[in-house]
Amino acid sequence: MEQGQIERHTISVLVDNEAGVLARVIGLFSGRGYNIESLTVAEVDAEAHFSRITVVTSGTPMIIEQIKNQLRRLVPIHRVTDLTQDGPSLERELILVKVRGSGEKRVESLRIADIFRARVVDSTIESFVFEMTGSTEKLNAFIGLMQPLGLVEVSRTGVVAIARGAEAI
Amino acid sequence: MASEPILGAEIIVKALIDQGVEVIFGYPGGAVLPLYDALFKQNQIKHILVRHEQAAVHAAEGYARSTGKVGVVLVTSGPGATNAVTGLTDALMDSIPLVCLTGQVPTHLIGNDAFQEADTTGITRPCTKHNYLVKSIDDLSRTVHEAFHVARSGRPGPVVIDLPKDIQQTKGEYVNHAGQRHRSYNPVVKPDRQQVEAAINLMATAKKPLFYIGGGVVNSGPAAAQLLTEFVRLTGFPCTQTLMGLGAFPGSDPLSLGMLGMHGMYEANWAMHDCDVMINIGARFDDRVTGKVSAFAPNSKKIHVDIDPSSINKNVRVDIPVVGDVGHVIEEMMRIWKARQIRPDAKALTAWWEQINKWRARDCLRYKASNEVIKPQYALQRLYEAAKSRDFYITTEVGQHQMWAAQFLKFEKPNHWMTSGGLGTMGYGLPAASGVQVAHPEALVVDVAGEASIMMNIQEISTLVQYRLPVKIFILNNRWMGMVRQWQELLHGGRYSESYSDALPDFVKLAEAFGAKGLRASKVSELDGVIKEMIETQGPVIVDVAVDEKENCFPMIPSGAAHNEMLLGPEDQSAKPISEEGMVLV
Repeated sequence: MEQGQIERHTISVLVDNEAGVLARVIGLFSGRGYNIESLTVAEVDAEAHFSRITVVTSGTPMIIEQIKNQLRRLVPIHRVTDLTQDGPSLERELILVKVRGSGEKRVESLRIADIFRARVVDSTIESFVFEMTGSTEKLNAFIGLMQPLGLVEVSRTGVVAIARGAEAI
Repeated sequence: MASEPILGAEIIVKALIDQGVEVIFGYPGGAVLPLYDALFKQNQIKHILVRHEQAAVHAAEGYARSTGKVGVVLVTSGPGATNAVTGLTDALMDSIPLVCLTGQVPTHLIGNDAFQEADTTGITRPCTKHNYLVKSIDDLSRTVHEAFHVARSGRPGPVVIDLPKDIQQTKGEYVNHAGQRHRSYNPVVKPDRQQVEAAINLMATAKKPLFYIGGGVVNSGPAAAQLLTEFVRLTGFPCTQTLMGLGAFPGSDPLSLGMLGMHGMYEANWAMHDCDVMINIGARFDDRVTGKVSAFAPNSKKIHVDIDPSSINKNVRVDIPVVGDVGHVIEEMMRIWKARQIRPDAKALTAWWEQINKWRARDCLRYKASNEVIKPQYALQRLYEAAKSRDFYITTEVGQHQMWAAQFLKFEKPNHWMTSGGLGTMGYGLPAASGVQVAHPEALVVDVAGEASIMMNIQEISTLVQYRLPVKIFILNNRWMGMVRQWQELLHGGRYSESYSDALPDFVKLAEAFGAKGLRASKVSELDGVIKEMIETQGPVIVDVAVDEKENCFPMIPSGAAHNEMLLGPEDQSAKPISEEGMVLV
């Protein structure tokens, strides 16, 4: 049944913004044992009441195909797009990182933040909150570097994604 | 089409009438009293009062499966809804179209742990095709009509509408939304032409072809089953059926190999294992059918016709998927087949049939006949002989008797065989039979049961008596949970942990206590007379048939094994021990 390598896919799901729709999607993933690496959701069209759910998942090609077909079975779902498969796409995440420290470590954290083009959005004598957007890998690298410099808290949005080019889903 | 404002409960009843609903199976309670009041004030819809909400859902399933219509259930909030969950799950697994109306506490109390409150939409989300909580009277008529559309279209399934009590009591306008196009849900019914052509091309070159047909054919309707029958006969290919597909192709047709799978026919499973082109029509490669997936039909190219794209490539990778309604697909297939005047390889097909007939000659359903004790297989053979000249419908519970019924009763038409296939729900058969009998008052409806399963919804005899539903309950009583015992014998060294049916009631007296008729057959010589009396009795009958306590169900593919590793009988069983890998499977 399991065929092929595990692949990571970013799937975009356009849904009616109605009560319970997110629970349907999440319940589908947990009920059938699929992975969720990240999930974001927000209304994207207030007039048409559309929300967009971006799910990053992983599985064999057969499982990924299943996930998409199972999602398409849900009644309030309009469109399911596999951004990883359908062509080049952009992926972004936003994080807020709180770093506490003093002296050389505090200066170093600022310097690294500068390299990563992170912005300081809050500051006290003994702490910074950095804001940064980028790919998951870039964010992970930043968190890794902040670890020894006094990282105390991370909040991240999960991946949002969109296909490159003129076509809309 | 808007009209004078009427009560929410009346809107619901109006919508049901406009959807052609004739019967509701239900049980009242506080949160649905306004709806029951609206039902009281009309006489177009008949209400059947069951004795437990689970039974209401199974009865609606029996009604739906035997008519092709949507079954309708009405239960109250809280326990009413939670009791319905098993039935809803059963209907989801077997793709039975249902609309289940559940009462709910008033909207302002939702979330307050009110009396008889349960998160019905939350609980039923994974066991329905879709569900709704109606929070505004303005959404009510649209929701009811939409629910029917969702339940019956595409791959059918159960739909729940949760109805807070205040919504039932608020006035609003009724609008008939029947036939309206849905904004996101529009299943594909017409197949892709190229895929159908590819399927035909593959079939034309087959040397060892096999039709593998399932419940999807039944769901597509009697016309689709008729079309499929014509197509199979046109090709001359053998045809095997799943448990859910029995009757979709005439069981007595020489091209039929009978049921396949775990307790399927030897010839069907061997043909499946050895075929070179498999034509799956409306079946879903269930694990009871495939056995060990890696050894499943290893040398075959596979065509899979299904209305549900998620069924394709789920368990087994196929070569040519065709998404669409079986009726439409077969029509297209036949048209192309005839237009191209395809003649399959006659020599290869003859050789294939010779091989199949050799497998048939093994006579896999053979059992040791006895004059001392009634063999369960014999009891079913005698039942079949007595019933076959009539318009008969069979429901079953779950276990050995179910498999024997599938093996020994033949179905010539779809919609005449109702069994819990996917979920395997003990207690399904009796309420399902009551639903079938409501739909077909004149027909012979028999629930083939085991003594353990029947106890799970035994209270429904009361429903039979109340509505004078002449259902016949045919209990193959071996005093064991037979299938559990068989597995314990096979896999657990004969340690029969809790599988003995102790303290059984006297079923004859039980029948009498309910106001039904009770009959018993303990000797072989009594059997025919009892069956005759059962059929000739006007009202509901319970027949307690004392059968061989030790008989096991064969043939059998042990769990974790392949189709060509079937056990034909008890002798085979000891010769082939089960693998450890197979032990963990169910």
